[in-house]
Amino acid sequence: MKIHEYQAKAIIAKYGVNVPKGHVAKTVEDALTQAAKLEGEVKVVKAQIHAGGRGKGGGVKVSKGTEAVKANATAILGMQLVTHQTGPEGQKVRTVLVEEGMDIKTELYFSVLVDRASKQVVLLASTEGGMDIEEVAAHTPEKILKEYVNPVIGLRPYQTSRLAFGLGLDKFGPKVLRQAHGFFSGLYNAFMAEGCDLLEINPMIVTGDERLLALDCKMSFDSNALYRHPETLALRDLDEEDPAEVEASNHDLNFIKLDGKIGCMVNGAGLAMASMDILATYGGSPANFLDVGGTADENRVENAFRIITQDPNVNCILINIFGGIVRCDIIANGVVQAFKKVSLKIPVVVRLEGTNAELAHEIITQSGLGNKLIMVDGFGPAARKAVELSTHQG
Amino acid sequence: MSVLVNKDTKIIVQGFTGAQGTLHAKNCLAYEGTQIAGGVTPGKGGSLHLDKPVFNTVRDAVYNTGADCSLIFVPPPFAADAILEAIESEIRLVICITEGIPVNDMIAVAAALKGSKSRLVGPNCPGVITPGQCKVGIMPGHIHRAGKVGVVSRSGTLTYETVAQLNANGFGQSTCIGIGGDPINGTNFIDCLRMFQDDPGTEAIAMIGEIGGNAEEEAAEFIKEYVKKPMVSYITGQTAPPGRRMGHAGAIVSGSGGSAESKISALTKAGVLVAQTAAEIGNCMSEVYKP
Repeated sequence: MKIHEYQAKAIIAKYGVNVPKGHVAKTVEDALTQAAKLEGEVKVVKAQIHAGGRGKGGGVKVSKGTEAVKANATAILGMQLVTHQTGPEGQKVRTVLVEEGMDIKTELYFSVLVDRASKQVVLLASTEGGMDIEEVAAHTPEKILKEYVNPVIGLRPYQTSRLAFGLGLDKFGPKVLRQAHGFFSGLYNAFMAEGCDLLEINPMIVTGDERLLALDCKMSFDSNALYRHPETLALRDLDEEDPAEVEASNHDLNFIKLDGKIGCMVNGAGLAMASMDILATYGGSPANFLDVGGTADENRVENAFRIITQDPNVNCILINIFGGIVRCDIIANGVVQAFKKVSLKIPVVVRLEGTNAELAHEIITQSGLGNKLIMVDGFGPAARKAVELSTHQG
Repeated sequence: MSVLVNKDTKIIVQGFTGAQGTLHAKNCLAYEGTQIAGGVTPGKGGSLHLDKPVFNTVRDAVYNTGADCSLIFVPPPFAADAILEAIESEIRLVICITEGIPVNDMIAVAAALKGSKSRLVGPNCPGVITPGQCKVGIMPGHIHRAGKVGVVSRSGTLTYETVAQLNANGFGQSTCIGIGGDPINGTNFIDCLRMFQDDPGTEAIAMIGEIGGNAEEEAAEFIKEYVKKPMVSYITGQTAPPGRRMGHAGAIVSGSGGSAESKISALTKAGVLVAQTAAEIGNCMSEVYKP
C-alpha cells in the first residue's frame, strides 16, 4: 500500500528525520493561506499523487512570491498529471503540498528496502540524488553504496558512518556529518516500526545552512503487515486506486485491471498470469488479472463476473480453473448462477480441470447456456478459442 | 527414489485442529502411505484429533512421535512463530503453507534457519508430494503419477497444470516441490535443483518460475555449473504491468529488476528449454527428455 508524500513526511518526522516545513491544501485559497504561514519568499507547490515522476510531468513548481504560488496551485490542483508511472490518462491532482523553498547545496539518494537474495533489510545510498536509481544501478553500479542490516544485531553506527563518508558528507562540514547517523537510523527505525516495504528519499539534500533533509519521501507498506498498523490503513487514498480494483479487494478478490479485451477468471496467481501471457502470445489481449483464490465459492465467482463485465472493453471471458482445493463443480454452479443474474451478452470460454471436473462439465451442459458458455478442454485450446471469439467480436 | 519426503516421513501438523489443518490433514492421511503422527494446537494437548494425538508444543510432539517433518497451517500473525518453534525443535523438514506472513517476520525466520538443522519449504506454497508415497501439502494428490521428473515451482495451480501436462505426455513425477510465492522463502530453486541432480530417481527437471526477484537468474548460473539432467522451464507473468504485485507477494517487476525476459534469457543461455506458453511445458519435456 502506498501513501502520499506529505503523509510519509509526517511519519518520518516522528522518527527525528528533518523535512522541509510545509502544509497541504485542497483549494487555491487554502494553498495561499498555507504558503503565508511559511517563511521566505520562495515556496514549492507539489502535486500529491502516488505515482513518481511528478516533477517531469509538471506537478512540482518552485514559486517565487504569492502570485506565483497562486498561479501554480491553480494550474496543478485539478490537473490530470501524466507521469511515466500513471499511464497516458494520468492521475487527477486533488491535493498539493506547499513547502518552504530550500537552498540546496547537493542532492543525494537514500532508501531502505528488503533485499530478497540476502533475506535482510538493506540501506542504499548514492551521490546521484534526484536521478532514477534504476538508471544509476544499470550504468554506474559502483555509485550505489549498500549496508545490509543483520536482523539480530540491527543497524550499527559504523554502518551509518560508512554511508556518510561514502557520500562525502564530511566535505560539507562537521555539522552535516553529525546529522547523518540520526537521519539514516531514523529512516531505518521508521521502516521497521511502521511495517514498510520501501522507504525512499530521493533526493535527500544538504542545505546552505548545513542541514540534512528529506526533500521527497516515498513510502509503501507490506500489505501482509497492515493488520499490525490500523493507523496506516487510515492513510489509504481510494481516489488513487482503480474503482474496479477497490471493489474487487472488498470482495477478497485479487484483481488488477489491464487494457485488453479478454476478461480472465483463474484460480491461483501463477496460472492467472500464465493465462494472460498465453492470450497475448496467441494474439489476444487480457483485460485483467484475476485470482479467485483457493476458497472460491458461488458468491466469489458471481462477484468476479460482475467486476470483469463492468469493463466496457471486455468482449469475451476466459475461465481457467485447475481444481485443487477449489472444486470445479462449485465454480460451474457459480458461473451458471452468475450468468443468469448478470445477463451476460458476451461469450464465455470455460476450461475446468482437476477436482470434480466431470461433475462441472455436466452442470454446464445441463444449464441450457450452451450457445454462450463454451466448454473447451485443455489450457492451450481454451485460450485459442477465447482469442478467436474476441477477435470476431472486434 | 525421491527427495525431501517419502513413505517413511513422519509428519506432525501445526495448526492441526483448525479448519484448514483438519481438512488438509485428512486429505494427506488419505493419500497413499502418508504418515501423520499427530499435531500441535496449544491448549488442546492430550486430546485426539482425526484419531491422532494432539500436543501443546512442537517439542512434546517430536518427543512423543519421533516426527521429522512439520506441516504448518497456522494463520499469518502466528505463522513465523510456528516456524521458529519447529526450527528450535530441530525438525528436519518444515513445510509452511500459510500465505500472508509479514516480510519482516520472514527476515527473522531466515536468520534462525542459518546454521539450524531444519530446512523450510515455503511459506505461501502448496507443499511437497512424492507421488505414490507421501503428500505433505494442499495439492490434489490424485492428479500426480509416480515417475522420474522432478518439479519445482513458485506457483501452486501452475504446478498442477505442469503435472497434468507431464502425465499427458507420459511422464510421472519423482517429487514436486512448491517453494512458494513470497519474496523471502526457506528453500530456493538452487536447493531443489541440487537435490534433483543428486537424486538417482530423478531423470529430468521442470522448473516453474515467475516475475519478481532474481532467483531464476541465480538458478541459471547454478544450472550451468551443476545440472546435467534435461530441464524445461516456464516463467509466468510476461504480460504483467511493472510495479504491480500479481497476487503473490513476491511477483512484482520493480524497475528493470525481476522481468520475465531477463529470467527467460538467463535460463535459455544455461541450456534450459523455456516453454513459450504454459500450455507447452509437457511438450517441451518430450523434446528434451527421451527415457
